[in-house]
Amino acid sequence: MKPSTISDNFPDTPSKRNNASKARLLLERLSAHRAPATLMEVCGTHTVALFTTGVRAALPECVRVISGPGCPVCVTPLETIEKAIGFAHRKDTVLFCFGDMLRIPGVHETLESARAHRGARVKLMYSPLEAIEYARREPDQSLVLFGTGFETTIPIFASVLMRAREDNLRNIFLLSAFKSIPPAIKALLSAGDSAVDGFLLPGHVSSVIGVEPYGFIAGEYHLPGVIAGFEAADMIEGILLLLRMIDSRQPEIKNQYTRFVPPEGNPRARAMIDTVFVSRDTDWRGLGTIHNSGFALRDDFRRFDADQLMDFEIPPVQEPADCICGEVIRGRRTPVDCTLYGRSCTPSHPIGPCMVSSEGTCAAFYKYSR
Amino acid sequence: MCLALPGKIKEILDDRQALVDFMGVEKKVSLDLIEKCQVGDYVIVHAGFAINTLNREDARETIDYFRQLSGHSL
Ligand code: SF4
Repeated sequence: MKPSTISDNFPDTPSKRNNASKARLLLERLSAHRAPATLMEVCGTHTVALFTTGVRAALPECVRVISGPGCPVCVTPLETIEKAIGFAHRKDTVLFCFGDMLRIPGVHETLESARAHRGARVKLMYSPLEAIEYARREPDQSLVLFGTGFETTIPIFASVLMRAREDNLRNIFLLSAFKSIPPAIKALLSAGDSAVDGFLLPGHVSSVIGVEPYGFIAGEYHLPGVIAGFEAADMIEGILLLLRMIDSRQPEIKNQYTRFVPPEGNPRARAMIDTVFVSRDTDWRGLGTIHNSGFALRDDFRRFDADQLMDFEIPPVQEPADCICGEVIRGRRTPVDCTLYGRSCTPSHPIGPCMVSSEGTCAAFYKYSR
Repeated sequence: MCLALPGKIKEILDDRQALVDFMGVEKKVSLDLIEKCQVGDYVIVHAGFAINTLNREDARETIDYFRQLSGHSL
């Protein structure tokens, strides 16, 4: 089994030293498992790490792991992509976005092609903190932050906006496409059409929100969940814990990733989210509107709302014909069920959003499982 | 997207920042989201911000817990 890149970054902790032997040992126990089970992960980093660590290939055949709505690129609605493209074309405006948003097809173009061929101004950011620098340097430019991501990322933008307010920067704006993971899990479960026996829960999102927000999975839906890290041993242990709880019919929410996930998460980061944002209903591409799963700016921060710059129309949007991304992220179908998969839709020419980001289910399947 | 990497704090800088070592590569990281930390702590970093600190006791507990689970010594 290849060591994961994440554990390579973890030079001298006990976890690293024991990782390989631990993974091997756990895998032995796992391969003894016989009862069929379908587990869902809801984190793009898990999607990729399950492939790259070799864990997915090593699972017994009866254990299926499917990818839920854990990739921000896949769940950002087409209208929002079009808005971002609109801002990038707007006069004296520059759009700051994360790299994986560049290649999502909009109605006529992607952010990448808009920049390359039509002079749209798009800047890739590693951290939204870069926006502060830029806004100071270019006071005549309006800077729109394309805010995509889940609870790991949201406090970072909250911090940046609090800083922008402190520094009285008037030219930073936010296009909020942020989403919260627990309501999406709840929506999937209440729809009742995804046959999932347990959830592998996201380590880094949980590092912020802690354990409690997942309580309903066990409490209301009687299914187990395990917050897991991203090394091979973490994920195997998480899967093993899930299978045990499924077998014993004693569903609970367990925390495997205690190294970085205290039970209470990160209260300071959450308080910062609450200072800047308030929950609102929001649309998830492929899933529809989910109650209280989005983040709107509070009144105190309304002046950062990019919507006030909208002096353009967005074209009517239509989902690409025959793309089944929505079904894929509900766990009802897999990428290979899509007639476009690997034919007209490939990572170098993506048609649907799940093929765009390397964390998208279709892209990960294409890259690692053919 | 939520990819986050662990690194070790080498130096606390002003303006709520720190110099963090990721396997030999040093980067400036904002400490704005975390309560307290000191040089030598491991932090998990996402998009230029430390989002939590590693508790070494917790790391050890994970392994002790695993020992119980497996009935083996590692
Ligand atoms: S292969 Fe492409 S078109 Fe088919 S579901 Fe995946 S992203 Fe959509």
